[in-house]
Amino acid sequence: MSAKMTKVVQSSRTSRVAGLAAIVLVLALLSAAGWADRGTLSLLMEFFCYLALAEMWNLLAGFAGIVSLGQQAFLGLGGYALFFAALRLGWNPLAAFLLAGVVGAIIAVPSALVVFRLHGAYLAIGTWVLAEVLRLIFSEVASLGAGSGISLPVKFAKSVRLGPMHRDAVLYLAALGLALIVILASYLLLRSERGLALTAIRDNELGARSSGVKIFSVKLAVFAATGMGTGLTGALLYLAKLRISPSAAFDVNWTSYMIFMVVIGGVGTLEGPIVGTLVYFVLRQYLADLGSWYLIILGVVAVTVMLRLPMGIWGTVARKYDISLFPTRRRVLFEEAGSGGGELCAEGSSAAQE
Amino acid sequence: MKAFVDSILSGVLLGSLYGLFASGLSLVFGVMRLVNVAHGDFIVLAAFLALAFQHVTGIGSPFVMLTILVPLMFVLGYLLQRAVLNPALGPDILRPVLITFGLSVIVQNGLLQAFSADSQKLQGGRIETASIPLGGGLAVGTLPLLTLAVAVAVIGSMQWVLYRTRLGRALRATSDDLTTAGMMGVNTPHLFGIAAGIAMVTVAVAGVFTGVRASFDASAGPAWLIFAFEAVIIGGLGSLWGTLAGGIILGIAQAVGAYISPAWQMLAGHVVFLVALMFFPRGLFPRRSE
Repeated sequence: MSAKMTKVVQSSRTSRVAGLAAIVLVLALLSAAGWADRGTLSLLMEFFCYLALAEMWNLLAGFAGIVSLGQQAFLGLGGYALFFAALRLGWNPLAAFLLAGVVGAIIAVPSALVVFRLHGAYLAIGTWVLAEVLRLIFSEVASLGAGSGISLPVKFAKSVRLGPMHRDAVLYLAALGLALIVILASYLLLRSERGLALTAIRDNELGARSSGVKIFSVKLAVFAATGMGTGLTGALLYLAKLRISPSAAFDVNWTSYMIFMVVIGGVGTLEGPIVGTLVYFVLRQYLADLGSWYLIILGVVAVTVMLRLPMGIWGTVARKYDISLFPTRRRVLFEEAGSGGGELCAEGSSAAQE
Repeated sequence: MKAFVDSILSGVLLGSLYGLFASGLSLVFGVMRLVNVAHGDFIVLAAFLALAFQHVTGIGSPFVMLTILVPLMFVLGYLLQRAVLNPALGPDILRPVLITFGLSVIVQNGLLQAFSADSQKLQGGRIETASIPLGGGLAVGTLPLLTLAVAVAVIGSMQWVLYRTRLGRALRATSDDLTTAGMMGVNTPHLFGIAAGIAMVTVAVAGVFTGVRASFDASAGPAWLIFAFEAVIIGGLGSLWGTLAGGIILGIAQAVGAYISPAWQMLAGHVVFLVALMFFPRGLFPRRSE
């Protein structure tokens, strides 16, 4: 490495064009609240909720190295917090929704203190146990319908409006906003120094620790933030469904879907979950009627992709053509190294994989 | 008081079943640092296979089915390891977790498709109701006692294989240092297959005993995985007798919970697990070295 002129860059022309295109797309999606019909809006709402869930699971597993099989704990908590605030405290929808996020973040902290004692795959099952504990507890809370669940009154659902916009449009905008905030926050976090610390922990915990990374507090912050975001998403999803029960809200299948979307799209990239969520919704549209065969097919696809295409669809394409729409890695450009310039990725993960 | 002692006793015997669940999980983790998330679903698969064989052969006792089930599950474990899991092993822990999670979804829904969502039970015959009086009005069921004996025998034989045979030496060497074991001529892909096969033998035994004890359905796997996992963590990683002890502690916790209130059965088990994790993060009986 004797090049004299080097500089570290994160952006590229592709990424600047992609940024512009993303802004146009977001404006178009925002306008949909005005013209799309209710069926389309509720499908889009679900899409952006799932996208937010997938991006958060990706942030945990793909960047922070926390493989959780228990994210349904926070989703269910968020849903129940909303129902509790609406039914027992008489709060308005917005306040009830915000409470779901607060509860998600607050419960994430003691949960992390327990499960972070486990590592790797054991941590994964530990988070699952937490979700099971919550499911059992909520099955006993009589004031929230115990095991059989509880419904929101129609009056509450109708009170979800914003100016002239009806409930579906408001929920859609909230889901879109949530997904965008999650992606933008992940993007900014990963481009920051703290994000570098995060990926360093994933790639080599001992090395990161010896370089002065405060592993525990960084992991805790990410776990709490995703706990909050997953809680908010759960609140939105159950505000749309209007009925919640412990076995549905704390169902491990929620996490199965998150994993499917992230794995298919590509773990450890911000673009991957977007691709994965699209694939998931297309498959669901055509296969959901097949019942258990549908889940078998999802499982087979996920296992095959994990074995044959471990970087997922987006990860494989991005590597082949060297594109990154939302670049989070740092690249070193050698300006003397001849035409086009030599490039070196300075981020740990690429070095570890190659 | 008698009811309480009774529930403790049944907890011990239930716990030995959990120890049996956990022994395969513990072995596989010890040898190749792999946690099979589909472990519980394979126990359910074994129970359903025993049921199907009973229908086909017309033989009454499900325990006789073990003569077919044990070799079959061994081969299944070996092939699955070589074809699917070995390629996924490596420094990245994400892949094996997600692949076995995918297998769990596939097995669970495959069973749902093949055997419907109905609860099933293996008919064990007279042994199910037989009991041995202990005096003082207490009695212990023959089947639970047999389960405990089988759990001790299974873990004892695994321990014997690990510490007294050539195969066990290779397994322990691989567990300590994969690369060096490979350089010394250990065929690690084959060895991992053997370990997975042995784990599947414990799964076959566990499946039959749990199927005779109580009814089960296609979706029981995740709960059984969690019990197995809790037994391993309570007992301490890398210690098979510790795993059995962990299972028994979990069984007692559940039985005492059920004694207080039926709703508390599962919750009490999880609470004991979480408390153990808080205060004994390395388990109650950790392996001395490390």
